[in-house]
Amino acid sequence: MKLIILDHYSQASEWAAKYIRNRIIQFNPGPDKYFTLGLPTGLPRDHPESYHSFMWNNFFKHIDIHPENTHILDGNAADLQAECDAFEEKIKAAGGIELFVGGIGPDGHIAFNEPGSSLVSRTRVKTLAMDTILANARFFDGDLAKVPTMALTVGVGTVMDAREVMILITGAHKAFALYKAIEEGVNHMWTVSAFQQHPRTVFVCDEDATLELKVKTVKYFKGLMLVHNKLVDPLYSIKEKEIEKSQSSKKPYSD
Amino acid sequence: MRGGQGAARAPVIQFTNCRILRGGALLREDLWVRGGRILDPEKLFFEERRVADEQRDCGGCILAPGFIDVQINGGFGVDFSQASEDVGSGVALVARRILSHGVTSFCPTLVTSPLEVYHKVLPQIPVKSGGPHGAGVLGVHLEGPFISREKRGAHPEAHLRSFEADAFQDVLATYGGLDNVRIVTLAPELGHSQEVIRALTALGICVSLGHSVADLGTAEEAVQSGATFITHLFNAMLPFHHRDPGIVGLLTSDRLPAGRHIFYGMIADGIHTNPAALRIAHRAHPKGTNTLSGSIAPMDTCVRHFLQATGCSVESALEAASLHPAQLLGLEKRKGTLDFGADADFVVLDDSLHVRATYISGELVWQVEEARP
Repeated sequence: MKLIILDHYSQASEWAAKYIRNRIIQFNPGPDKYFTLGLPTGLPRDHPESYHSFMWNNFFKHIDIHPENTHILDGNAADLQAECDAFEEKIKAAGGIELFVGGIGPDGHIAFNEPGSSLVSRTRVKTLAMDTILANARFFDGDLAKVPTMALTVGVGTVMDAREVMILITGAHKAFALYKAIEEGVNHMWTVSAFQQHPRTVFVCDEDATLELKVKTVKYFKGLMLVHNKLVDPLYSIKEKEIEKSQSSKKPYSD
Repeated sequence: MRGGQGAARAPVIQFTNCRILRGGALLREDLWVRGGRILDPEKLFFEERRVADEQRDCGGCILAPGFIDVQINGGFGVDFSQASEDVGSGVALVARRILSHGVTSFCPTLVTSPLEVYHKVLPQIPVKSGGPHGAGVLGVHLEGPFISREKRGAHPEAHLRSFEADAFQDVLATYGGLDNVRIVTLAPELGHSQEVIRALTALGICVSLGHSVADLGTAEEAVQSGATFITHLFNAMLPFHHRDPGIVGLLTSDRLPAGRHIFYGMIADGIHTNPAALRIAHRAHPKGTNTLSGSIAPMDTCVRHFLQATGCSVESALEAASLHPAQLLGLEKRKGTLDFGADADFVVLDDSLHVRATYISGELVWQVEEARP
């Protein structure tokens, strides 16, 4: 695991963005070589417009991705399990997820894999925990009765199949979950802990999220920042990549 | 109009690298156009699963709704109030030339004229959509002849009229009919004017107060009867007086019908109104400000002067020239806005609000000479 600790939320976001950018450019995608980016479903079903608006306003409208290349789980599908199975097939067809980017809940869940979810689960319909329902109430004008109790989600196993996983954790309210995820054992009550068994994980967090970690852990990883920062500096660009192709390629740091 | 099955196959154009005026703010957003209308790109992406057919880089410019001039008496050697055999070409000439000022829709205005002129000229100015040929004609603005003698300004005294007993019939007889008429400016202190205002409003014609010596009470009555606009505020009316503010007092009157909004035009050319007066009016009632060229100054010059004189925001200055005139005429769903579904009439401006290019229904109808994309 690489644990990247930045001072503030904005710096953590920027570091993560730069990392993803460098990863995509280093991957050298092309018409026959797609970089498959995995993102967790943000909102439960019955709010499809908000979720689509969220993805459009925060991501899709800023890039030139073709709609054909975006796949969003449809919570309004007639046969939900078939929709989930089809999603798994689409991932396979795309050659698997190259990089999965997600956050964790205060209860340590990844995507909607609530405490108790199998660590080898696949994309499926999931009943939400009360914590999550309370957190989602803000999307429904604070009316708990309106918040859906079910969601389609990628499974822990689905994310584990990704070639690399990046988890973003910011804020003091996530600190305990981060502690459980990386300093305690693998446990299905804190599903993010499953990534201890993934060969390539990056946890990006801010100072506040480290509040429940051992001082020793924090000092160790802060000490590694000099090395880890080489992953985002130099920041590659597509144009420069073309020029670099003719020169000797620089291998990025990896552990 | 446009729309229907053909529209779905029309090419989608995405204007990038720009700031658009939307919701009263300048947003760093792309503008998407299809079939002459502003398109919702989110629907295109998720429902039609399509991308743009063409992208146009706007070089960091501002995209604002096309300007709407509700009071323009002519220009470029043309006088709309002149009884000519071919008024149509005069209107067409002006319509084409004002594209370079960023105006995409306008109301050709006739000053006080004899009956014969109205009867001859009015039928020759039909409502017309804009395009490469010129800005769209929204309808005619009739400024007079039912105005005050003392405040006639440059209008010919001989042709001033007052309402006879059967006032509305008198109006019809004078103008020869109200087809193509969009706005009528009159003086509300004239006898029988209230019934005329009610009748015109019932026909959907916008009634404006101007060239008048009315006191505030009369003006308020006129608004209650349906008047919604003030023609070139401050000019050709009684000056503001602290015991009787006159028509100017409408800006802050508390006797207007609930929910009703009074709009007012100001000629912001630096000559007709002192900048301090512009500021007083704008600060008193910012949502009602309509920029007019009205005189010789081009519309974009007036917008720049208004911005500089009042120190208001760029968004405010742009809305005064686009959104407010559209709201005055009840067209704010289609004109004066860059909301989804509106007509794609817009103007490309640099940061100092000089017009770089003008578009009507998504088609480039004018651009500045040096700017070759």
